[in-house]
Amino acid sequence: MAFQLETLSGWGNHPREPCLVAVAEKTSQLPQLVTDASVRDQIARGLGRAYGDSALNRSGGVIVQTRLNRFRAFNEQTGELECEAGVSLAEIIECLLPQGWFPPVTPGTRFVTVGGAIAADVHGKNHHAVGSLGTFVQWLDLLLASGEMLRCSPSEHAPLFWATVGGMGLTGIIVRACIKLARVPSAYCRVQYRRCRDLDQTLELLESTNSQYAYSVAWIDCLARGPRLGRSVLMLANNAAVDELPDRQRAAPLRLPARRVRSVPCQLPGSVLNRVSVSLFNELYYRSHGDCERLVDFDSFFYPLDSLLHWNRIYGRRGFAQYQALLPPKTSRRGMAELLGEIGEAGLGSFLAVLKSSGQATPGVLSYLYPGHTLALDLPNVGERLVKLCARLDQILLRHGGRLYLAKDSMTDRESFAAMYPRLGEFQQLKNQIDPSRRFVSSQARRLGIVEAS
Amino acid sequence: MSDNVVIVGATSGIARALADVLARRQCRLLLAGRDAQELEALAADLRVRCGINVATERFEALDFGDHPDFWQRCQKHFDGSVTGVVVCHGYLPDQAEAERDFREIERTFAINFLSAVSVLNLAAETLGARRQGFLAAISSVAGDRGRASNYVYGASKAALSAYLDGLRNRLHASGVHVLSIKPGFVDTAMTRGKLKPSRLLATPERVARDIDRALRRRQDVLYTPWFWRPIMAVIRGLPERIFKRLSL
Repeated sequence: MAFQLETLSGWGNHPREPCLVAVAEKTSQLPQLVTDASVRDQIARGLGRAYGDSALNRSGGVIVQTRLNRFRAFNEQTGELECEAGVSLAEIIECLLPQGWFPPVTPGTRFVTVGGAIAADVHGKNHHAVGSLGTFVQWLDLLLASGEMLRCSPSEHAPLFWATVGGMGLTGIIVRACIKLARVPSAYCRVQYRRCRDLDQTLELLESTNSQYAYSVAWIDCLARGPRLGRSVLMLANNAAVDELPDRQRAAPLRLPARRVRSVPCQLPGSVLNRVSVSLFNELYYRSHGDCERLVDFDSFFYPLDSLLHWNRIYGRRGFAQYQALLPPKTSRRGMAELLGEIGEAGLGSFLAVLKSSGQATPGVLSYLYPGHTLALDLPNVGERLVKLCARLDQILLRHGGRLYLAKDSMTDRESFAAMYPRLGEFQQLKNQIDPSRRFVSSQARRLGIVEAS
Repeated sequence: MSDNVVIVGATSGIARALADVLARRQCRLLLAGRDAQELEALAADLRVRCGINVATERFEALDFGDHPDFWQRCQKHFDGSVTGVVVCHGYLPDQAEAERDFREIERTFAINFLSAVSVLNLAAETLGARRQGFLAAISSVAGDRGRASNYVYGASKAALSAYLDGLRNRLHASGVHVLSIKPGFVDTAMTRGKLKPSRLLATPERVARDIDRALRRRQDVLYTPWFWRPIMAVIRGLPERIFKRLSL
């Protein structure tokens, strides 16, 4: 009935695939859509911020949930927000930050839906302190392939809950969820900027400061080589208390300052980002951030790129891949050095490369993070050269016991994936139980063999 | 300005966006429609996000016999002080099917014209007697001139537009504001898959903001987005001799 042929892509604009798209308008349509025989299978989609093919389904169904974005209840005592999965973090912030509440965990963009964020078990700059989003999900209503709706939580249908948190939509459709928001005293962070001359200093400083700061992240110059390999600007932050704010902000501590939002109007030619322009940007960025402390509003701190709408167009028509690598503490120093060396060698690095330390894992079967360090960067799609670079990076990761992030991956293969996620078999077993006819499949799940019989 | 507004057909795309705009300026709302579960989801959302009083009411467009009772329930809900009604429901038939099957034409007119008029009549009676408030209904630019591609829908909206003009004329002396809303192409469930993405395609949020402004300014006829006013002026101005040859 409602499925229309459209070409979709993830945020990286690569790959682009023909999908049969249905925009769900009413909650009551969802059971019909998941059992609709006119499509082979389907995957849920939110705001399309996964970089690769997580929310694509070549020649299959894609159910867009962005219109199912209603708040249902908010408990002002506990901060528990009950809402439909299509609600975005932007909507939560707009509505509840003025009352002193903020998402407990937020990725680098607020234009993600609650459903997508749970499915990817997203993490933020505070992972070392509080873990990933899954920790804060009180329960979720999951629509199964059979059309049946099941409430799952850490105590109710726990195995299904932990397969759904981080499960990339492959267990069913997350229809509603309850998330415990975090209390914040103001909409500002007190940020310490520290320049680190190389990778050793970066990792050392991250480790030694982890317990003192709620948020930490390092911008890293991925094109710096030799002795400057891994040089970075570290940003360490805590929420600012009201009495730490200057008078002007103290009057309205929870109000975000108005921000000029710009938009990239069209795809830029692919050549705008090259070794010279990126090196130049990185040099300037590194030099302009001396050691200092500043008060920064949440928008600028958590979402620097959200003020540039469609920034992904900078990479041009061919798009880009985002590579996010996680390495355990034992091997992270060596592994990072090798990854950065390889990227610098290839000259494909981006101006936004981010390194942070990760804390405790959630019990999510396919959840991404465990304690260690993670490095994320954009790599422009230059065709075969990118494919080869990613394959080499994967080899480094595998050698050092690391893994990739499904919400970002568009390049790896099933053998590498299986090696990175040892609990894959457990996931497949559960998948076979709840969705034996494999109604929920994405292009990514097919590429990586996630939904195959174990 | 704080109003007690009844939104009829409240689950439609434009109505949802309009309810949001009205709730943000603290109007009290009654959402009326067929799908009770969906209405409750919308009402809960507005209560949580805007902290306003929102209720829901069952409304079946084709159950004309129930309309007087429906209007009573609306009145009762606001203790007899409904200050505005916006009729948002509509039906876009498949033109080719409507040409084959007369029942499609009947259905189109019953929903787009008769059911809207039925509610507006009742509301006009009440508000006219109280000499205040507003009545608004979503018509369409398609009603400004019949085109081969959708003249059944267009004709039903033309009838609604003409009715609204007459109603405005009748109620002018009583001070009741009557607003004809004429959207162009809007990206909603009604048009999904029928319209290609283009610069002319407006978001329901944009249209809702325009409606809210028109209500506050007591405008008579709203073209939304604004550029449809000059476009439709040209289309209406074309001599039939030429127009009949075009495929618009």
